[in-house]
Amino acid sequence: MNSQLIFKLVALALLACVPLTGDSFYTELLAKTLILGIFAMSLDLLVGFTGLVSFGHAAYFGIAAYTVALLSPGYEAGNLWLLLFASVACSALAALFVGIFVLRTKGIYFIMVTLAFAQLAFFIFHDTPLGGGSDGVYVNVKPSASIGGWVPFDLDTQAHLYYFVLVLLVLVYLFLSRILQSQFGRVLVGVKSNEHRMQSMGYKTFGYKLGAFTLAGGLAGVAGFLYAIVFGFVTPELLSWHQSGNVLLMVILGGMGNLIGVVAGAFAFISMQEIFASWTKHWQLVMGGVIVAAVLFLPGGLAAIPGRIKRALQGGGNDE
Amino acid sequence: MDFASFLIQTLNSLQYGLLLFLVASGLTLVFGIMGIINLAHGSFYMIGAYLAFVLSSATGSLYMAILLGVPLSLAFGALLEWAFFSHLYKRDHLEQVLMTYGLILIFEELRSLLVGDDVHGVEIPALFSGSIPLSDVLSYPVYRLVVSAVCIVLAIALYYVIQRTRLGMMIRAGNHDRTMVEALGININMIYRVVFALGFALAALAGMLASPISSVFPNMGSHVLIISFVIVVIGGIGSVWGALVAALIVGFADTFGKVLVPEISGMVVYIVMAAVLLWRPEGIFKKG
Amino acid sequence: MTTKKIARNLMLAATLATVSTVTLAQEKVKVGFMLPYTGTYAALGNAITNGFKLYVNENGGKLGGRQVEYFTVDDESDPAKATENANKLVKRDKVDVLVGTVHSGVALAMTKVARENKTLLIVPNAGADEITGPLCAPNVFRSSFSAWQPSYAMGQVVAEKGYKKVVTLTWKYSFGLESVQGFKEGYEKSGGKVIKDMTLPFPNVEFQPFLTEIAALKPDAVFVFFAGAGAAKFVKDYAAAGLNKSIPLYGPGFLTDGNLDAMGDAGKGLLTTLHYGDGLDNKKDKAFRQAYATTFKSQPDVYAVQGYDAAQMYNAGLKAAKGDLANQAEIIKGMETTKVDSPRGTFSLSKAHNPVQDIYLREVKGGRNMVIGTPVKALADPARGCKM
Repeated sequence: MNSQLIFKLVALALLACVPLTGDSFYTELLAKTLILGIFAMSLDLLVGFTGLVSFGHAAYFGIAAYTVALLSPGYEAGNLWLLLFASVACSALAALFVGIFVLRTKGIYFIMVTLAFAQLAFFIFHDTPLGGGSDGVYVNVKPSASIGGWVPFDLDTQAHLYYFVLVLLVLVYLFLSRILQSQFGRVLVGVKSNEHRMQSMGYKTFGYKLGAFTLAGGLAGVAGFLYAIVFGFVTPELLSWHQSGNVLLMVILGGMGNLIGVVAGAFAFISMQEIFASWTKHWQLVMGGVIVAAVLFLPGGLAAIPGRIKRALQGGGNDE
Repeated sequence: MDFASFLIQTLNSLQYGLLLFLVASGLTLVFGIMGIINLAHGSFYMIGAYLAFVLSSATGSLYMAILLGVPLSLAFGALLEWAFFSHLYKRDHLEQVLMTYGLILIFEELRSLLVGDDVHGVEIPALFSGSIPLSDVLSYPVYRLVVSAVCIVLAIALYYVIQRTRLGMMIRAGNHDRTMVEALGININMIYRVVFALGFALAALAGMLASPISSVFPNMGSHVLIISFVIVVIGGIGSVWGALVAALIVGFADTFGKVLVPEISGMVVYIVMAAVLLWRPEGIFKKG
Repeated sequence: MTTKKIARNLMLAATLATVSTVTLAQEKVKVGFMLPYTGTYAALGNAITNGFKLYVNENGGKLGGRQVEYFTVDDESDPAKATENANKLVKRDKVDVLVGTVHSGVALAMTKVARENKTLLIVPNAGADEITGPLCAPNVFRSSFSAWQPSYAMGQVVAEKGYKKVVTLTWKYSFGLESVQGFKEGYEKSGGKVIKDMTLPFPNVEFQPFLTEIAALKPDAVFVFFAGAGAAKFVKDYAAAGLNKSIPLYGPGFLTDGNLDAMGDAGKGLLTTLHYGDGLDNKKDKAFRQAYATTFKSQPDVYAVQGYDAAQMYNAGLKAAKGDLANQAEIIKGMETTKVDSPRGTFSLSKAHNPVQDIYLREVKGGRNMVIGTPVKALADPARGCKM
């Protein structure tokens, strides 16, 4: 436990130093990675801990982002806290609504129905006058953080924006950790390993699953909210199945059921994209190759690497 | 909409639905019998279309292209199964999603490297290049009718193979109980290889047949992929008959949707899917 | 070592030192390409890049007297990644001029980034009216066209042919809708009427239901906007349905540009409007095509011309500022006042920084888009909403 805590603190300290380098581009890139880390953690709650594989998680990310874009006044600053509340509420409500329907299915059907609802949401923003259609909506002015006159920080300063993202990441992480240690969380883990057993013990598993689904949707909304603020531009592509697929990849890459692991998965995903793209214009070939190789040779994801190294060092005896 | 237009739109729906069926049939077989989620299925369609382009440019004839293309597809499908997919049977759905997603990227970039990024046309064979007049202004292309006929023939052939032959029996048995089939001395690995190769070839053939109509271009597999999944899920995973019914439903929904409710025509298919799944969570026809 | 050798080495070292200091002092101009190099529009991205570089090569490898350093980002025609991709060039590579892109959605995001960071932007294709409309800015230029321009010209052409009832069909996204809007303006002012506007979601290519609908409506003519593979498919489907025999089809040049091979015989005789075409009778175009074909072993198209002209425009601006990269005001003035000697014909820029140019009528003949007339000369986009 101690070495893990030290590792987490060191990582946090390193992340906190990024804006101090003064490099505007990389600070923004890291902010984006942290946002995806929050998104990945929210999905991990469903996939890694509850065993619900959602292939439509991008919908809640996108709904929150659109809420920010549509509620922000055209050319003045909206209020940050109101927008945060509104966007998380919208995405959580959407997840609640969808969850009531999709949680009636299981296994592969569940995967497909979550995809179907995400596609529905995608087309609502893409085809109807609600959003700006396929061209998207802009957030022209960054929201103001004022609470009745007191302005604790200014989002137009890049460092403040970055720290805001980092703080939210830490808060989401701590929140999820607590949830997972509580009874609610332990029921979820029980559902993943054997739902019938939980039901025979008297738990109404549907309610727990719905709770997890709604919570995951709301947390994805935190990520969507941050995305809209940092990038100022929201398009229907944020709800596409490609996005749902990407975040699923990050969760798998990082090792499901491990919150820090999936944040690392987000880092790995973005890093690979950036690095490969600088090598060749056919970087997707390399990316695809790495993914295929990872599945074939590295079950358990990145989070399993330390364990594997440990076992290898301890004298490669019996393999599991 | 007058009656004549209604009839023609029905014809459009049938033709679109039948082609979708051809693509989706391979997916439902692989999905149902081997339990693998294969996101690369759209890429198989794309590979078939590009094969048709390359071979018909080289030989000057679409017939030759298909004649050569089908065995090539079967062989390539078997190779893919041996190299990648055979490792996925014991893995969970997530890892299948991940690996097949990686394969999409690989196939698309290989296509870019080997054939380039331009849009290409494929010639319809002269015999089928005419049109049949349906009204004083509108004609229906003969080639589309031919494609529909081919799809129907393949549907019947597929049904026959699966329901009436020994191979089909082994496939259906392996679907239900893999261990038992192995215990009976049947080489289940071979069966899976055959089914996968067949699934690949069906998708590739759909691509070949569609190439003169749709042209050949980058990312052409993307839209087909998502529609195929929708069809497979509506029809019931593993059910070829279900895939046919679902494909026709999608064909009608999309065609009439575009003309009657253009605002939401993109969503209509997903609304139908959600509705069907809420009514019968395992699809219209369950496995078998 | 002999004295001679030592002396020679010393001289060599001294020369090298001087040369390198002189080169270091000669700062290069950084050009950032943000274009699609993969995916559906890759061919266009490559053509634009080739055109740009051709001009630079013809200009002695320089722009405004400075050597050029290129930075490239593949935007994959993805609006969702557009802002960060643009930031890569603007914030990470700190380019002096941003050149891009093809897809209007991506270009809109680029325009925003350019406006926020005051980076000079030249759009070598994306036709979204907003870029030289509500989003216009002193540092935003376009070397191509606005969606309105070629379609407005086509509207006039169709009206002059005497057609009274027209049906339109396009993809439901800003470029398609703006094109139809431009067409309607040019067409309806002469008394004709668009009896129905039809759209389908972008980038859907199942056109059969619409062809049946057109047959039921029986208009005098049909105006469409499609581009790329979708355009090729539409023209083929239209011909296969026999509609081209009784209901003529019209559209802006994107319908046929780059697609003639894929379309085959279906495209024969199609009339389209665009600010460029084949068989233009001017010296510049002939020289340009020759140079392009020799250098890149393929024929240039309108996209290559737009890339070429982007380089010309920037060069004019830099020259006016005497190579001073920091003096953006002078560079902008230079670009605003230049007359671009383009292969398409000479053009100048409107106040909103969009080309004021001739629109040609082209007919598909012999596998090429042959220019058969100039229905509108020096057409300027109305730049609605631009506050410059």
